[in-house]
Amino acid sequence: MPVLGYLSFTVLFLVSLSPDSAFGVEIATIFAIFTSQAWNMAFSFFQSLRTIPYDLDEASRGFRFSGWQRFWRLEVPFAMPGLIWNTMMSMSGGWFFVVASEAISVGDLHVALPGIGSYVERAIEHRDLAAVGWAIVAMTVTIFIYDQLLFRPLVAWADKFRYEQTAAAVAPRSWVIDLFQRTSLLRPVGASIGAMTQAAARARLSVRLFARPLAGRKVPSRLLDVVWYGLVLLAILYLGSVLLRFAGAELSWGDVFDAIGNGGITLLRVAILIVIATMIWVPIGVAVGLRPALAEKVQPVAQFLAAFPANLLFPVAVYLIVRFHLSPKIWLSPLMILGTQWYIMFNVIAGASAFPTDFKEAAASFRIRGWRWWRDVMLPGIFPYYVTGAITASGGAWNASIVSEAVSWGPTKLNGSGLGAYIAQMTEAGDYPRIALGIAVMSVLVVATNRLLWRPLYAYAERRTRLD
Amino acid sequence: MADDKNAIIDLRKVCMAFPKRSGEPLPVLDDINMSISAGEILGLLGRSGSGKSTLLRIAAGLIRPTSGEVVYRGAPLTEPAEGIAVVFQTFALFPWLTVLENVEAGLDALGLPRDQARRRAQDAIDLIGLDGFQSAYPRELSGGMRQRVGFARATATRPDLLLMDEPFSALDVLTAETLRTDFLDLWVEHQLPTKSVLMVTHNIEEAVLMCDRLVVLSSNPARITAEIPVTLPRPRNRLEEEFGNIVDDVYSVLTARTIASLGALKQTHEGLAQPLPRASVNRMSGLIEILAAPPYSGRAELDTLASTLSLEINHLFPIAEGLHILEFAELKDGGLKLTAAGHVFARGNTDERKRLFREHLLRFVPLTAHVYRVLQEREARGAPRIRFEVELEDHLTRRDAERTLRAATAWGRYAELFAYDDKTRMFSTISNAG
Repeated sequence: MPVLGYLSFTVLFLVSLSPDSAFGVEIATIFAIFTSQAWNMAFSFFQSLRTIPYDLDEASRGFRFSGWQRFWRLEVPFAMPGLIWNTMMSMSGGWFFVVASEAISVGDLHVALPGIGSYVERAIEHRDLAAVGWAIVAMTVTIFIYDQLLFRPLVAWADKFRYEQTAAAVAPRSWVIDLFQRTSLLRPVGASIGAMTQAAARARLSVRLFARPLAGRKVPSRLLDVVWYGLVLLAILYLGSVLLRFAGAELSWGDVFDAIGNGGITLLRVAILIVIATMIWVPIGVAVGLRPALAEKVQPVAQFLAAFPANLLFPVAVYLIVRFHLSPKIWLSPLMILGTQWYIMFNVIAGASAFPTDFKEAAASFRIRGWRWWRDVMLPGIFPYYVTGAITASGGAWNASIVSEAVSWGPTKLNGSGLGAYIAQMTEAGDYPRIALGIAVMSVLVVATNRLLWRPLYAYAERRTRLD
Repeated sequence: MADDKNAIIDLRKVCMAFPKRSGEPLPVLDDINMSISAGEILGLLGRSGSGKSTLLRIAAGLIRPTSGEVVYRGAPLTEPAEGIAVVFQTFALFPWLTVLENVEAGLDALGLPRDQARRRAQDAIDLIGLDGFQSAYPRELSGGMRQRVGFARATATRPDLLLMDEPFSALDVLTAETLRTDFLDLWVEHQLPTKSVLMVTHNIEEAVLMCDRLVVLSSNPARITAEIPVTLPRPRNRLEEEFGNIVDDVYSVLTARTIASLGALKQTHEGLAQPLPRASVNRMSGLIEILAAPPYSGRAELDTLASTLSLEINHLFPIAEGLHILEFAELKDGGLKLTAAGHVFARGNTDERKRLFREHLLRFVPLTAHVYRVLQEREARGAPRIRFEVELEDHLTRRDAERTLRAATAWGRYAELFAYDDKTRMFSTISNAG
């Protein structure tokens, strides 16, 4: 979902609550970043809850865990690896939004909060390439530090929550964790934190509120489903009518076609970019993934690149475009996928590393080479991983289009046209009906590609690459 | 037996039915009356899919029966209760907890003080022979050691009733034997802090070795068809004649039940209510060849086959049943006897075998004959799988229907009666068939 688009609404709303202080804007920004981060973590947790293994669920019910105990003993640990992974993704997304939303203009309202985002904004205004460079350096250092101090230790620690009963080939390591586990100075600190959380998890805190119904009574109620879907439908209709009343007075069918036309341009861009990124990163990802030693080195770098807010690099690209008089319609496009192409790459690396050795050996012993090797051996093997990566990459590209299709360098404004540029322009003009229209079109397009392309592809990948 | 004074748990008129895609719910357990007394190990035997595990989960309070009640400590059991602990077939250990923490997790619900919980867990670990593994994570352990953790976790709660769901079936033969013996030693010496045990098993020898009483369930829906007391003194010896006799008895009861239910089901609903076993053509051919060759020369006792082929009944019975349904062999009195067709099959080459198999499929398996007929009648020569799924689910549980359709598909493909495309989920005719 194009969270960036909603930003203008929330900013206006929250600023109206406290018009005379920077506080409202601060809240708005935090809120925007929070929404961009929280949904995917919440969804990951929800997804984990739905896939809790049947036997562990029965064991916890059989041993009569209370809701609290179940939460800490079963649900949180089981969800942990997914949750940490999604936290990392959210963090990357967060930086992207920080950069995009610290300096935002809605109509006449211009807001600049102290931070790296507005620093870059100012640098762009003053055409100061060196300042942009410093911002990039600062960002790099920041990401490196939190990666080392926060995420590496978390990932290494969360390795024990993997559900698979087999030992991992390469257990993730972190020097911070080692420090806490192996030095006499820090070990007591870690141990006491551990003991405290253990004690908390053991407490029963039996509140019958959490009591879950017995499996035997869980007869799916058609009626309840119908009522629920009915309510959802009503809510959608109501929101739609509100939107129509709000926007309908000002919008004509021409506007709608205009937005859809722009959407088509952006859709075409996203499609072409995904294809190009695929052609570049799939072979590289496979080559890296098949060499474990190399993969181990490249994987953190890819993750680092994915965590880097690509919009910090935009000014550099824009400077080059202006300098060499390149066509913005073409050369602004790659910016959309600058930050998200890495998801394709490291998912493919992961897929190639996980590719079963006996398949590799079988292919080698039957001397399957060249195009046949790609078509019959490798591509089917990495396909599910690739689809996961491509979904993330295309979703990110849509979001990035809002900040990448219309950019400026000092007084020079470049417009690549497309739905992102449309939304950006309307935001700048403070034209709410058209912002809403743009966002609606983008939402529809994103949901439609997910439903019509990625979901079926994913289901196909799941079905085809399973042996039983 | 339902009014036994010594009863730890009492199941009264327990029925269970699962909802179906359409129409009436399908019964899986029908009028089960059973009680477990203090000091006894009760074994639950039956074909796979007969509802043994469901019954065990009802006794655990994990599932509530559709009707009837479970009385535990004088009150109806409506949810997992103190004093009932389960050992799972898949161990169900928490991978993120160490051995000690896993055992302690079982004590969480009791709300004991920390040091007391620690002591109890430690005692259970010592007793089960896990000392030294306290700080290991489950993934570092072998299957046998993992199941020991499962035992320790359950016994640490000092249960009145220990429920074991095929506790040894995920282990290899040697490991399973060690765990069984260790368990029995502790049981005989009254060292296990549990008053009674209910175990589900597929292994008849294991059941006779361990249990004081066996309850045999029929299937579709499951009813109690026989109760066999095992009064042999412990420790029991597999080689003793009396031991062998009891094993034979159990096999006879099971085959008699199987034959009766196969016969009955074939009569109803034009045979479409007959579930087909999970028996691959390769397994069936293999068993035919073994039966045809010396020393069996056409006939073998099931217990001999089970032990020489080291197959448990949940693996052996489906194959034997498959042969029985296809009339390549006959199940009778705990034995399996090749028919004339079975002997011909054993001697045939691939083409002759396929032809014979095809004939028998059309004559003796109503479902494959039905699929074949539908395909012949259709103009387009194709029929979607869902059509047969729906037909089957009128008579079978979804799981049974799925298994039956899979077996029919595999058999029909082997016999070249029809083709099946899993991508389009369509059956189609084979142009060169016949």
